[in-house]
Amino acid sequence: MIDFTKLIFAGLSLGSVYALIALGFVMVYKATGILNFAQGGLLMLGAYLAQYFINGLGTTFWIALPMAMLATGLVAAGLQRTIFDKLLTHPAFTVIMATWAVLIVLEQVPITLFGYDFLNMNDPFGLAMVSIASVQVFTIDLWTLAFAAGSVAVLAVFFFRTRMGLAMRATASDPEAAIAQGIEPRLVHATAWFVAGMLACLAGVMLGGGSRLVSPELSHVALRAIPAVILGGLSSPLGAVVGGILIGIAEVLTAAWAPTLAPWLGKNLHLVMPYFLLVGFLMFRPQGLFGQRQSGRV
Amino acid sequence: MSSAETAAVTARRMPSLSMPVLLAVCYVALPFVLGNSFWLQVSVYAGIAAIGAIGLNLLTGNTGQVSLGHPFFLGAGAYAAGVFGQDWGLPFWIWLPGAGLVGFGLGALVGPFALRLRGNYLVMVTFALVFIGLHIFSNWSAVTGGAAGRGISVPVAIGPIDFADLFGATRDQCYFWLVWGIVGISAWLVFNIINSRPGRALMAIRDRELTAEFVGIDVSHMKIAAFAISSAVAAVAGALYGAYVQYVSPVEWNLLLGIQYIAMIIVGGIGSVAGGVIGAVVITFLPHLMREVAGSLPFVAVNQSDGGLITVFALNQILFGVLIVFFLVVAPGGLARAVSAAAGRLSAPRRHK
Repeated sequence: MIDFTKLIFAGLSLGSVYALIALGFVMVYKATGILNFAQGGLLMLGAYLAQYFINGLGTTFWIALPMAMLATGLVAAGLQRTIFDKLLTHPAFTVIMATWAVLIVLEQVPITLFGYDFLNMNDPFGLAMVSIASVQVFTIDLWTLAFAAGSVAVLAVFFFRTRMGLAMRATASDPEAAIAQGIEPRLVHATAWFVAGMLACLAGVMLGGGSRLVSPELSHVALRAIPAVILGGLSSPLGAVVGGILIGIAEVLTAAWAPTLAPWLGKNLHLVMPYFLLVGFLMFRPQGLFGQRQSGRV
Repeated sequence: MSSAETAAVTARRMPSLSMPVLLAVCYVALPFVLGNSFWLQVSVYAGIAAIGAIGLNLLTGNTGQVSLGHPFFLGAGAYAAGVFGQDWGLPFWIWLPGAGLVGFGLGALVGPFALRLRGNYLVMVTFALVFIGLHIFSNWSAVTGGAAGRGISVPVAIGPIDFADLFGATRDQCYFWLVWGIVGISAWLVFNIINSRPGRALMAIRDRELTAEFVGIDVSHMKIAAFAISSAVAAVAGALYGAYVQYVSPVEWNLLLGIQYIAMIIVGGIGSVAGGVIGAVVITFLPHLMREVAGSLPFVAVNQSDGGLITVFALNQILFGVLIVFFLVVAPGGLARAVSAAAGRLSAPRRHK
């Protein structure tokens, strides 16, 4: 039972990282209609920046984290202003491929600056563990959960209590009517990318910190958050969070159980588990758990 | 028709006449010109990529179904070649079509997903397919040799004609003729599909699916057929790759390869057979050309230890990303349209008033 609790907890922690990434996807998708595959590049960039601020500039973690988030957010907003704003009238194919192109380029930036070596974040969490109800858990996992919950709360306040949040919701539900009301779409788009960049950075720092290391692999982790978006529904922030956590738990449980229960399914099944879930959901419930069924007029 | 106009028409027809002759000369002569150099090998790889790109262009360019899943079918083809040609010892003229058949079957299996999903969602499924494929390829050891990969040594002879040893030519030269011959066959096949009733149906589906359905096109049937044919062509390319390289490991069939194939048709020209071939040649040669010139660029390191500002690999990736965006935004017709536009401008009559 303790083992199971431990697994669920590890799943929650991984899932909350996926939730952060998925939230960024959904933000950009709702505001601009772009499926941003470059999110992994932003995540990787953010983690490397935080690592540089800590190890290179010698700042503490608690200063490095907001600095890196701000920088990554600005890079994301810059991408929107320089590239994706220009592609608004282009077909979906063009935009999707452009996000892949941006991902390929973004991945090379930290590698060029810091090399291929795995780097230690030197965060305050390290390998520390705490005991909750006789279950030993990593401190960083607790913090990850706290950060994810905090981000969701901040975003909720932002969406429902600020004018910018209102403008973003208006743009998402009807772009033309929003423009008619005097909402500047570019500002909305750039804000969405900025927030997505910040979320990606936070996710990257939590993935690269603690017992794990900062490495070029981080970009691949973000790709596994894409199934979370599909599970929850492309246009539902709540769905992104639920989907992320479900994917995280599914991945951790598969990693723990598959080798003994079903060894014939192969090694590292947990790494493809999210993709099997993605295919299953797209087949039977393409709108996701919380998404709305897409319908078009002829 | 005045004589000037006739001359203009003839001039415009000139390229269409001289083009096949030029291509035929290149086909025969290039292996001799390139000798037994590294560039001949790159040309063989370019030919294999061209076959795959022709297949993908039929699916993505002509039917409008964006697929990142090409590596899955390429890999399946390579392993099919290994099983049919090596493990079962079947001759060339059976294992190559056999690999194509495997690709066809897998494409027909995946195709139904494309019926329910379009646009963003289809990209998602094909993207998941790459990872599921990687998992299968690294674990089905009996067929793929597991994560370490497997050797593929297969015969490439039809009766007395052995494509590994043609009139004393080297292996690379023979493979050049074999591979580019199959490029020609695939191009001819796909060109005929596009310029026939089914091809027009595919394009109708791409442009407006609902309208296509209204005019009586069996949309689901055609979509699955496009997927199956495209995958079959990809599997043939994969089989040739396996036969040429003689060793494949699962990591080769990764997502980047899928993006590279999409890049080939974007750079070459979406929906054009020639475009697929041109794009494949450009994308295949580019990294090697970059490596050549990198030595003379001051800030580029050929190896990581050289201490330059940026590695050739990183520079290649960046260039690759820039090319995709450039051709999508600035030149959506790709090189194929740019070349034919330039040729048209050259041969078109000048009008003076």
